[in-house]
Amino acid sequence: METLTRNIQAIPLNHYILLCSIIFSIGVIGVLIRRNAIVIFMSVELMLNSVNLLLTAFSVYRGDATGQVFVFFIMALAAAEVAVGLAIIVMIYRNTNSIDINVLNRLKW
Amino acid sequence: MSTFYFIAFLSIFFSILVITAKNPVHSILYLVLTFFTFTIHYILMNAQFLAVVNFIVYMGAILVLFLYTLMLINLNKESEPRKSNLVKFAGVIGGGCFLITIVAAIKAFKVSPPVMLNDPNLGLVKNLGKILFNEYLLPFEVSSVLLLSAMVGAVLLATKDPKTT
Repeated sequence: METLTRNIQAIPLNHYILLCSIIFSIGVIGVLIRRNAIVIFMSVELMLNSVNLLLTAFSVYRGDATGQVFVFFIMALAAAEVAVGLAIIVMIYRNTNSIDINVLNRLKW
Repeated sequence: MSTFYFIAFLSIFFSILVITAKNPVHSILYLVLTFFTFTIHYILMNAQFLAVVNFIVYMGAILVLFLYTLMLINLNKESEPRKSNLVKFAGVIGGGCFLITIVAAIKAFKVSPPVMLNDPNLGLVKNLGKILFNEYLLPFEVSSVLLLSAMVGAVLLATKDPKTT
């Protein structure tokens, strides 16, 4: 463990920001290009996780544990969000027999 | 040092596979792999509590919930209808513009200070527990109410109403 954590000490902070923004952008693209509601939910999870990783990196960088406590709260929030969201998807599937989001255009007009 | 870059490459690779896989089950399995690489990132930053919580809550609970819902919804009969190429192209352009904006903003920082772990027991359970139960006691209790309401809401939404059906 000591050697592992010593390995990290040479990583510039910018590379963490770059990695997390790339993964966040992949999540945004996934939301935009997919039509399956479950895959869209998974892209949202990807975005939440990239922000979690960046918060942890900043927390380690500043030497302040508040960021990691915040990540813990985000994880609790994500669990609640996924439970409600998947319940909504199950209900949509029961009503329309599909989880294609283009079926759900009744609120459009 | 090279461990970080290898794991970062794996994270990006698997997250691209998540959004491009045609079968949603494969997509979920790639998401499991992505979260596993995130756990390795947490371990590299010595955030041991978050690594364990990420492993248990995300990979153990949330993704199994996804997989369970996908098994519940039978998708075998029709494959997902594809979006038109124009919409896909526009989506990639939109996400790429977002990425370019952030990268350009990072370029504005001249110096790039390294991430140093000054306090070795920063992310340990003992330290985080002390902070969580001293300074953040009220948000902790409020989050328990949030989880309870989410559970009630999920059960209420997903059960069939006997009066209307």
